Amino acid sequence: MWYVKNALTRKNLMALTGLFLSFFLIIHLLGNLQLLLPVEEARLQYNWYSHLLAGNIVIKVISIVLYACILLHTIDAIYMSLKSKKANGPGYAKDNRGRASKWYARNMMFLGSIIFLFLVIHFKDFWYHYKFGEMPLDENGNKDLYTLVIAAFDQLWYVILYVLAIIALGYHLLHGVFSAHRTLGLYHPLYSKIVKFLGMAYAGIMTVGYIIIPVFIYLNR
Amino acid sequence: MKIHLKIWRQKDSQSKGGFKEYTLDDVHQEMSFLEMLDTLNIKLVKKGEHPVEFDHDCREGICGQCGVMINGIAHGPLKNTTTCQLHMRSFKDGDTIYVEPFKAAAFPVVRDLKINRSSLDHIITSGGYVSVDTGQAPEANTIPITNEIAEAAFDSAACIGCGACVASCKNSSAALFTSAKITQLELLPQGKKETRKRVVAMVNQMEEEGFGHCTNTEACQVECPEDISVLNIARMNYEYNKSKILN
Repeated sequence: MWYVKNALTRKNLMALTGLFLSFFLIIHLLGNLQLLLPVEEARLQYNWYSHLLAGNIVIKVISIVLYACILLHTIDAIYMSLKSKKANGPGYAKDNRGRASKWYARNMMFLGSIIFLFLVIHFKDFWYHYKFGEMPLDENGNKDLYTLVIAAFDQLWYVILYVLAIIALGYHLLHGVFSAHRTLGLYHPLYSKIVKFLGMAYAGIMTVGYIIIPVFIYLNR
Repeated sequence: MKIHLKIWRQKDSQSKGGFKEYTLDDVHQEMSFLEMLDTLNIKLVKKGEHPVEFDHDCREGICGQCGVMINGIAHGPLKNTTTCQLHMRSFKDGDTIYVEPFKAAAFPVVRDLKINRSSLDHIITSGGYVSVDTGQAPEANTIPITNEIAEAAFDSAACIGCGACVASCKNSSAALFTSAKITQLELLPQGKKETRKRVVAMVNQMEEEGFGHCTNTEACQVECPEDISVLNIARMNYEYNKSKILN
């Protein structure tokens, strides 16, 4: 296959799929912030929004690209990790190389695995339920996803699970967004610094934004 | 001062190596790290044992021969320093020092601390040159180059090819080495002409030698004796993508 040809093409695939997923996170967060509206408004609005997404052909195409990106990003990561293991050879008996880099930069695969496991749960509880499960309707005839979400985040362990997964996602983004730009070839010293800063700001905003939702719902609804 | 050493001993690339312990009582803090190893070897030879083999040449930090892992860090605790420029004053009396060769699939151990870094040479051979007829050195000012560009090219050219970037990388990637060589030639008009061909050839060779991929942890620059910038790697990626798209 073309992408396994060398380390740079494999990393390009990683960077492009990663950046698309990062862009999706912004849209997903903006949509889900509707959950924080006053209760009655939030319910109708959120269910209407979910219905809008489910019925739209453009969204359908984008969602297929999204699923493909998640799979390609994951498969590429597993493949590169195996390659890396082979390239490392026997490894060191005494290893202090960690002092030269950030722990989250070295453990992207571990953080990614947490995110992947989280996605399985996330898809099963909401996406699968919405698409294939039996769901009550609200007054406007839309599937009542809002009530399902509120019920889920009423459980403390579920909120903790989400917060932990999102912290892992935050660290993954902290390295990933900046790294993707480098991989694609951003070598200008100043712009590279700006992108690093923006990547950190983005990771921070996403982490806080995604944590607020389950915590707010648990405390207020 | 007294120094305890745990040194990696390995007979050849096929055999399994391991740490062997030695103690030196008369180490002076002004000794370089390699002089300390010399002292140990004199002792070993006098006892009729095989000395610890390690690579070294200039002993003034510019040849790139002497890289070893010291306490799990390439070229030891000081940043941007070669092993030969590390002195025993960086250690305390009674310290235990672990010494291991650089390890990567592309760097097979020859014996003890000595490794085969031919893989880096193969990357150079694949494209790290300018195809011009040799002859007498041309007049330096026939091709005008600004000072900034000359300095930037020299910053990349400062790479001594010691392999610390590969040893420090969690994926054993040679991206910093390869990209420094590519950038050094790309910045100057003589080398620029062949950039597209060169970058593809060198990147493919890097893959063939069994080096890993770059995940931008930036550990390589921290441990690099010459502080070669990781932005060289981004530049290599840019040139590679450009030549793939345009060719």
